[in-house]
This record gives sequence, C-alpha cells and structure tokens, in this order.
Amino acid sequence: MGIRLSQIAKTYGRPGTPRALEPIDLEIASGELVGLLGPSGSGKTTLLRIIAGLEQADRNPAGTIHFGSRDVTDVHVRDRRIGFVFQHYALFKHMTVFDNVAFGLTVQPRKSRPSSGEIRTRVHQLLEMVQLERFAKRYPAELSGGQQQRVSLARALALRPEVLLLDEPFGALDAKVRQDLRRWLRHLHDELNFTSVFVTHDQEEALELSDRVVVMSDGRIEQIDAPADLYRAPANRFVFEFLGDVNRLEGEVRDGVLTCGEARLAVDLPEGPQELLLRPHELSLDAAPSATAHLPVTVTAVVPVGAEVRVELAADWLAEPWLATIGHGDFERLDVRRGQRLHARPQRWHRFGAEDRPAAKPSLA
Amino acid sequence: MSLALPRLTGRRRVLPGFGLSLGISLMFVSLVLLLPMTSLVGQLSGISLAEYWAIISDGRVVASYTVTIGAAALAALVNGAFGLLLAWVLVRYEFPGKRLLDALMDLPFALPTAVAGITLATLYASNGWMGRLLEPLGLQVAYTWVGIALAMAFTSIPFVVRTVQPVLEDLPQEVDEAALTLGASDATAFRRVILPHLWPALVTGTGLAFVRSLGEFGAIIFIAGNMPFETEITALMIFVKLQEYDYVGASAIASVVLMVSLALLLAINVWQGRFIKRLHGGRG
Amino acid sequence: MQRIGDAPAVRRGLIGAALVLSALFLLLPLVAIFAQAFTQGMGVFWANVSDHYTLRAIGLTLFITVLTIPVCLVFGVALAWLVTRFSFPGRRLLQTLIDIPFAVSPVVAGLIYLLLYGRNGWVGGWLDGHDIQLMFAWPGILMVTIFVTCPFVARELIPLMQAQGSREEEAAVTLGASGATIFRRVTLPNIRWALLYGVILTNARAVGEFGAVSVVSGAIRGQTNTLPLHLEQLYQDYNTVGAFASAALLALIALFTLAAKAGLEWRAARREA
Repeated sequence: MGIRLSQIAKTYGRPGTPRALEPIDLEIASGELVGLLGPSGSGKTTLLRIIAGLEQADRNPAGTIHFGSRDVTDVHVRDRRIGFVFQHYALFKHMTVFDNVAFGLTVQPRKSRPSSGEIRTRVHQLLEMVQLERFAKRYPAELSGGQQQRVSLARALALRPEVLLLDEPFGALDAKVRQDLRRWLRHLHDELNFTSVFVTHDQEEALELSDRVVVMSDGRIEQIDAPADLYRAPANRFVFEFLGDVNRLEGEVRDGVLTCGEARLAVDLPEGPQELLLRPHELSLDAAPSATAHLPVTVTAVVPVGAEVRVELAADWLAEPWLATIGHGDFERLDVRRGQRLHARPQRWHRFGAEDRPAAKPSLA
Repeated sequence: MSLALPRLTGRRRVLPGFGLSLGISLMFVSLVLLLPMTSLVGQLSGISLAEYWAIISDGRVVASYTVTIGAAALAALVNGAFGLLLAWVLVRYEFPGKRLLDALMDLPFALPTAVAGITLATLYASNGWMGRLLEPLGLQVAYTWVGIALAMAFTSIPFVVRTVQPVLEDLPQEVDEAALTLGASDATAFRRVILPHLWPALVTGTGLAFVRSLGEFGAIIFIAGNMPFETEITALMIFVKLQEYDYVGASAIASVVLMVSLALLLAINVWQGRFIKRLHGGRG
Repeated sequence: MQRIGDAPAVRRGLIGAALVLSALFLLLPLVAIFAQAFTQGMGVFWANVSDHYTLRAIGLTLFITVLTIPVCLVFGVALAWLVTRFSFPGRRLLQTLIDIPFAVSPVVAGLIYLLLYGRNGWVGGWLDGHDIQLMFAWPGILMVTIFVTCPFVARELIPLMQAQGSREEEAAVTLGASGATIFRRVTLPNIRWALLYGVILTNARAVGEFGAVSVVSGAIRGQTNTLPLHLEQLYQDYNTVGAFASAALLALIALFTLAAKAGLEWRAARREA
C-alpha cells in the first residue's frame, strides 16, 4: 500500500512560532523501503509520527495523508493499522515475550479477534520468523537489546500491517548488532512486501537499507533519491556535506587557475573567489605535483582501516586539515609516513552556489 | 564475628568517614530504635502464655481489632482508588490549580494528627458543615466506625499518591503509544498495560496506608466516640490500659500491634522486591 | 501527541472528580480549622493564643523541636553517608530498620519508652534511684519525638545521594581533600536542599506529634503540655474556640511546610530545565 502526503506541516506550540515541519509533499510507492535521514531537529521523527497518527499535522495548511486510496488524515492511530517500532523498543515489561507479540491480536474487538488457538499459532510463527521461539516465556528484561528490538518488530507485524514505521530502530544498539539487524530487516521487507518508512540519523544506515532516501533538514525535504544517485549527485551543499566527509579548498580564480597560498589548481571556472568541495576518496597522493595541480601537503596521521588507508593532511594554505582515503597499493608505493611531504591530486570536485543551488556539476581536473 | 570484623573494618575504603558514620548510625539505631523494644519483651516475660493469651483475646480487645482492621481496610481500599485517580490527574493532565492540588496532597502528613482529629470530628458532628448535610441522608459519620475509616483515610492518602506518582511519571510515552498503535482502546490499554505497571506501587502505597491506619491514634480518637466493643480502636485500648496502670496488659496488646505492623512492613518489602526483580531483569 | 485518557470528556471528568473530592476531603478541613478559630473574632482568637498555658505549651513545643532537629540531622547525614557511600554486610538491614518508626503506632512508641525509662523499667528504676526522672517530664517527650522523627532526614537524603553516586567525592579524594573538606565543599552543596526539606519534615512532625507524646508526657498543664496535648485538653473541656486557636497555629506550620516543599520542588524543576 502506497503512502501519499500532501501539504503536511507541523507547528509545536502557538501558531506563528517557527514550524517543526514546513508543508511537505511526499509519495511512497507500495512495497518501497524509504529512509528519512537528517540531523536531530530536522523534522524526520515528527514526519514519521504524523504518518503513524501519533502526532496531528497542522490544520493550516490543511494537509492530507492517504494510505493507498484511503484517506487516513483524521483516522485515530489505533485504527490506522500500521506497525510501529520504537527506538527504545517500548516492550511491555510486565508481559512475557509471547504476550507482548500477542497483545495486538488479543485487544481486537471480540468480533474480529482470532481464537486463542489461532493467536498461539500466529505468535509462534512470528517468533520463529524473528528467531526467538525459545524465548517465548521470558520477560523483556531478560533479553539483550537486539533481541528486544526483534520482539518489538514481531509485535508490530502481528496484525499484518501494510505499513511498517520504524523510529531510529537500531539507534540504541551497538555497531555489530546494528549491522546484523539491518540486513535482517531488509530480508524481511523483501519477503513480506509491506511498505516501510524508517527514521535514522546515520547516513550509512540510510544508504545501505533504503530503496530511496529522503534527506531532511530544518523541517524541509532537501532531496529524495536512490542511495547511489544521492551520493553521486547531491542536490545541494547540505546533502553533500551530510552524506560524508568533506575537504574544502577556497581561493581566487584567475586565468583558469585557482590559487590559495602556494597551492595552485587548474579549473574551468569564472574569475573571482571560489570554494571547491572534495570527498576523501576523490583525492589521490603522489610524490610530485601534476601538470594541473600543485597542492603540497604534509602527512599528519596515517590510519589503516580495512580495505583503505585514511591519511590526514595539513598545509599552511589549508584552514582545516584534509582527509584522503587511498588504497593499500598507493600506500605501499609511496611508503606514506607521518611528517612526509606529498602532493594531493584531486580526481573530481564539487561546487555549490551561495544559495545552495547546484552551480557546477563535478568536472575532472 | 571474629571472622567478619576484619572484613568489616580492614578493607581499604576510598572515601573517609566509614568508622564515624557506622559508629553514629549503629549507636543511634541500637539506643533509640532497638533498646526500647527490649522493654516490651522484659515486661511480657513476667507472665505466662495463658495469661498473655487471655489479655489479647479478651472480648473488648478482640472487638477493637475488628474495628481497627475493618476501618483500616476500608480506608486503604478507598485510598487505593482515590490515590490512583489523584496521581493520574496530577501526572497526566495540565489544568489551572494543578500545583496547588499537588501541594495539598502532603497536607495530611504536615498537619498534626490531633488537629486533623478535632477538625474532622467538628466537621462531621451532627451540627458540623458535613454532618448537617449527611445526617438527613441517614449517614452518620462521627462516633461510628465510618468516622474512624474517614480519619484513617485522611491521614494516609499521601502514601498512595506519593508512591504511585513517580512510577506514573517514569512510564515512558512510548508505552502508551505502543499500545495505541497495536489497536488497543483507552480502557483496554489502561487495564492491560498501564495498571500492571502501576500495580507494585499501588499495592505498596495501599499497604503502607493500611499499616499507618492500623497504628493511627491522634486523628481517630476525637471522631471515634470510643464506645467499648463498638468504636474503640486497638491503639486506644493500649492507652486505656496505661491509664489504669495495667502495664502488662498494655504491653501484651502493643506486642500484637507491633508484630502485625512489622510483619506487614516486611511483607511489603519482600513482595515489592520480587516484583522489581522481574521488571528489571530476573537474573540480576 | 497521543496518550491514553486524552479524550476531552475523560479528561474533564477525571480532573473534575479529583478536584471535587480533594476539595471536600482535604481542603475543607483546612478551611474549617481557621473558620472555627475565628468564629468569635480576632480578639478572642488572640486572647486564646496569648493565654498563659497556651504560651507555655508553645514554648515547650519549640524547645523540644529545637533539640530534636540537630539530633535527627546528625543521625540522618551519618546514616545516609554510610549506606550510600560504602557497601558492607547488613547495609540493607540497616535501611529497613530506620523505617520502623513509620510502621510503629505512636502509642506503642510511647509505651516502649515508658516501659524502659519509667519507674518500673530496668533503666528507669536505676535512674529513679539516682533521683533522675525522664518520663512525665520534658526529656521523655524529647526522646519519643526523636524516635518518631528520626527517619525523615535519612529518607530524604538516601535516594538523592544514591542517585548522585560518589564520583565527585572520589575526585575530591584524588585531589587530596580531607574528609571534612570533602563533606563541606563537595557533598553538602549537592544535598543541601534535600537536607533542608528533611529538616522541614522533621520540624512538622516534631511540632505535631501527639500519640507518643501523650503516653509519656503526663500532660501537666503549664509544665509537660505540648501544643497538640494542650489543644486536646481544651477540646475535651468543650473550649472549642480555644482548641482551634491552637490548631490554627499548628495548621500554619503545616502550611509553611507545604509551601516550602512546593518551593523547593519548583526550584529543583527549574534547575533541571
């Protein structure tokens, strides 16, 4: 079931105070897995809670929410038939794992409530699905964080919702468990084919898990795109900076050459002050300058992390140090050591206009 | 003891003051709390078990147990419901006068019991503000056991409110929301999710109110009328025996009251401990 | 935000019920005290308050309270320091023991002191031989008052000091501070409001204790009559206005206690925000 939002806005407190959410339009296709990504205070959780019906959108503008063709704008949360997973699990501590998962089924009105035998079968299926069958009689306090979150997921899925909403579902877990649960959620989603929206402030998580990512800041949607497109073609500077580490190069352009202290870089840009942004993997290192780039730097730190090596660079002409990620091949060839003087060579760079419009597409230098 | 002592004092402790604070605390607890209780044992060791039994099973004394326990039970039950309502309203809603209402909750603890006693007696006497309204309806409060229950309820209501309130405050919003997203109605969610969370606190608070009511004296004697066999509470029985210089009798009855109170206090503690263990990790 | 019980009808119904019941059950008695005290006007009230025996009762009550507070303060701080800063066998037992005064009926509390220190008691008998009388005199009143009020300061401090932990004190130790300095400069500033509230509660209870005091005081008018006992005597003598004049004084202390508590809580909430 698809989700369609139109002109959804939210103001906390009195009307006239700044909005937590500017009027937003968003369409999510049936069966899609969408991540809402943004820093804290960007309005992503508010948006999720409005979709769930846990918050009321503003009356002015009169926004609407549709699940498929059903208008749910004024439908109470208990009748929206969504599954909701909370950051801190929100399990009922006084109930066993079994009773937690069964809760949604047992509180149905008598007419639509399944028989207790059916409930038992259904709960055991769900527990099997989240691989917690043998914990059915335990209490939540006896489970680990990852296990609790799986119970919470099984509980949310018990009513077979067509929309599953997750609020920072893995935020409270440690890195390893988070990885496992992500992969596992992806499988579950593909298998059961519901529509999912989840909130996260972790770019990696959003990029890894989502079909499409909605990047938000200050109550606005900055960009909606598939992860690959988002990374390759950020719509504006905010998105670019939020999605990864950024190196900055500011200088004066004259006759096709950007100059900053002793640093020089051939660019195809109009005259005047310019700021270029570079990703760490878009920098390579060499012993000598190239024909188009003279960027002398000193190595201040070398950190081998898995498949690549992170190298921190400093120079007089740099306000903040740069970060370059290079392959082990280059690392060994150059024998990179702390204190060594090398030359940086940008493969690609990005530039955004002052008003955050994408000004120039990346070009090769 | 010879094994325990070096362990008690010999371990190196980071913070100073262990010896001093242990000394003061033990001396105080022994002299002020425990030593006086031994006098009860001393007083009772002079009589035989049969004599002891005769005193504590005397008709008038037994009647006082019935009155005290019955009234305390009624007061505790009423306070359980009323206290839950007050705690809920104070935690969940915003309304004008909320801070005043919150402050008012402590009045029964702050007000001397004798003041509460004469005030309630005056209010509910047949010519008092409340008595004038209630008596035409056939409801006599003053000088009946209903009055005793009323005085008990007045002095012990803060136990319930102040025990339930923090637990309700700590109940995360997500618990409500989880129940609602799963389709529960307000009534169902309250019964199946909120109430079980509050249950330990509610039982503890009601239990404490009950224990307090069993021993209450000052607030009750003015409104009770103190008719033997009818409206005489056990604490008053002890007092009456004392005024007759029957120290043995007073001690015997006091020992019953004391044992019941301490047993209840212990039971509440143990029960609460078991419950807390389940909610915060059974293995811990 | 959706919460259980937020429907306007439910909300209004519950708030209404809570307000009406509290007004009848808690507020009305409070109003009645002052109404009764002033039924015959300010002059009569004043005459009652400035009556010789009333003044003597006030004096004795203040005297007992002033002596009780420091004892409870020292005990409360020592006990709280002990059970929150050290672990040792018997710690939980100690914490349970200090609840005894809450569970014991005041009359029983008075009785056990009377039995021990009265002329027939084993300590009292010895004292009597040396011409020292504790019971039916102010020392007895003081002793039972300390018994019933001793948990208050400790009960306020223990949860707070447990929550705060001992990191700050440990830091002070590493910086070479002495025990007294640590307490004065690190611990005390953190617990002073809880300490103050504990003292206010102790004060309220010490001033108002009735059951235990009535057992050991002998209630000799002008000598061993505290204000609550004096009030009882006036009430039994059918001097209702006089009784309520004293009651009004005690109720004022209660109101001060409530205001102080509300103020301290408001202060704590504002500092958290």
